[in-house]
Amino acid sequence: MRFLFKTDYDDDIRLFPHSGYVVSYGLLLAVLLIAPYLLSSYLMSQLVFVCIYAIVGVGLMILTGFTGQASLGHAAFLAIGAYTAAYLQQFNVPFPVYFLAAGLLTGVVGALVGFPALRLQGIYLVIATISFAFIVEEILARWESVTHGNEGMRVKTIQLLGTTVSRDGPIFYYICLAVLVLTIVGTLNLLRSPTGRAFVAIRDSETAARSMGINVSLYKVKSFAISAAITGFAGVLFAHKLSFISPEMFTLQLSIEFIIVILIGGTFSLHGAVLGAIFLVMIDPFLTYLKDDMPGVISGAAATLGAGPERAGHIQDAVAAFASANGLKGAIYGIIIVAFVLFEPLGLYGRWLKIKLFFQLFPLYKRATFKRQKIYVKSERNR
Amino acid sequence: MLDFVQQLVSGVALGCVYGLIALGFVLVYKATEVVNFAQGDLMMLGGFFAFTFIGILGLNYWVGFAGAVICMALFGMLAERLVVRPILGYPQFSIIMATIGLGYFLRSVAGMIWGTDDFKIETPFSQGVLRIGSLVLAYDKLSVIAATIILCALLYLFFNRTTLGTAMRASSENMLAAYYMGIPVKRVVSIVWAISAAVATCAGVLLAPITFIHSNVGLVLGLKAFPAAVLGGFGSIPGAVVGGVLIGVIESMAGFYLPQGWKDVAPYIVLLAVLLLKPEGLFGLHARKKV
Repeated sequence: MRFLFKTDYDDDIRLFPHSGYVVSYGLLLAVLLIAPYLLSSYLMSQLVFVCIYAIVGVGLMILTGFTGQASLGHAAFLAIGAYTAAYLQQFNVPFPVYFLAAGLLTGVVGALVGFPALRLQGIYLVIATISFAFIVEEILARWESVTHGNEGMRVKTIQLLGTTVSRDGPIFYYICLAVLVLTIVGTLNLLRSPTGRAFVAIRDSETAARSMGINVSLYKVKSFAISAAITGFAGVLFAHKLSFISPEMFTLQLSIEFIIVILIGGTFSLHGAVLGAIFLVMIDPFLTYLKDDMPGVISGAAATLGAGPERAGHIQDAVAAFASANGLKGAIYGIIIVAFVLFEPLGLYGRWLKIKLFFQLFPLYKRATFKRQKIYVKSERNR
Repeated sequence: MLDFVQQLVSGVALGCVYGLIALGFVLVYKATEVVNFAQGDLMMLGGFFAFTFIGILGLNYWVGFAGAVICMALFGMLAERLVVRPILGYPQFSIIMATIGLGYFLRSVAGMIWGTDDFKIETPFSQGVLRIGSLVLAYDKLSVIAATIILCALLYLFFNRTTLGTAMRASSENMLAAYYMGIPVKRVVSIVWAISAAVATCAGVLLAPITFIHSNVGLVLGLKAFPAAVLGGFGSIPGAVVGGVLIGVIESMAGFYLPQGWKDVAPYIVLLAVLLLKPEGLFGLHARKKV
């Protein structure tokens, strides 16, 4: 185990605490850069979605994970970003301009949502953000002169430096990756700045933060605005990737998916946003794979265990019928969410930390290190 | 004027349904401070149980109703034991997520078992209307209003006049202290879940003739019942019903007097406006931690 000897404040807030980080993240980046030449086009497309979901995850992490303000309305921010891009594109605005404009507009809307949210807490805030998302969805469907209503809008391919960037090509993937990396680095810098520490202080205790002289309202609004702006950037990429947007894409379901991203990844670290995005996006191909291959595998296993060919055929049909049942995906989603909340509250990144610590401390690891504290003295209602 | 009264009554009836679902939220919240996002889905499941008993097995309406309520009460206890009890005492957010997951699961499983069609239950109130002058009131809507009033009164008395109700209020204030006072907190919590699932079932069965039962009905109505509960102030029983009625009336009026599209958003706009002015809802208690 490596012990870091910190001698000054700069050591404490360094982005890469030691050379090991530089090597491992450098390797990761290198692998991601050559990925388009290794993976199939389907997996590349999924990887782009991982990037987009991870950007939203980082945005949501700032708000929910670090400032402690739950939001079930982030699909609306994504929609605003996507629609801004699609609208400005009609006037031949260049990509970098409308990309920034979408982020800016979404950030402003986020700040406007943040103001009413200042006095709300817990469940009230969740409901308020859901209401906001519903209203935005309805506006998108009704404001036909701008959004073309339920017909949706086509999104043209990106024109960058005189070339066309195909939504399936490697360049688009690099753009998404670059935005993701910039977002993560920016967020890490934000989190070690006074603003970021104020966010965390508000999450841990609003009363304590206020008594330390933090302007709670200001920082909450800032957190909303930053989180929304990042989601808006993701919205532009999302629109380009899908090449068609319509209001029914940005429903509560999508907001819940974003929350699932950070919940499954782990709500205490940016790693969680990325891991959660990988999990959520890759679960679809995985389920399809299970659906196609599981019946054969299970009946094969049954045959080797001594079932006759007819019996094995029955088993295969039964498994196939079960796997293609309507709504199985929803049930699996539900089980995954509940299982994570119950058994892995720190998420995938928490599991990784546990495994790492297990080997670092080898025979001395104890489970209690990561035990959550239960608080039976209720404080949510009167704080 | 007649249109107005007609819209008002149908709004009140719709609102009572929201109020009934909201009552379930409020019960669970009052006793355990758990916000149950799966309440609408419990209602949906209750409706399907009743449909199975009445529509498929051909039982008498009231017998089937009672059977569904009992089954769902047991199911509520089971859900509490499996999903909620292990995470009691953890931050509210994780509990919300767990119940959202539970809702997903219930919706899909119900879709897999009963299919995705709309179902209807034949009830004694399905046909017939009450005429007062030129005002026409359908019995199925009146039955919802009556049931809401009865359930609300019963629950109010239960919480304020019985020992068990007092125990529930005590454990919601402070679980640890209630436990020290000899209140069996775990059992209290499972009873609360049973009651709330039973209330949800009542809502589901009463609703069956009006909106039909399908696997997504819980989500659709649950999302309307939430604003109702919040509007009234989470944790207040009369608040839930008043909030529900308000949302129902607003929706019905907006659907009638305003252009198309307002019907679905009007309740949320009103909700946001109310939350701006009174962040703890209309009947919510405002408490602040002293330091």
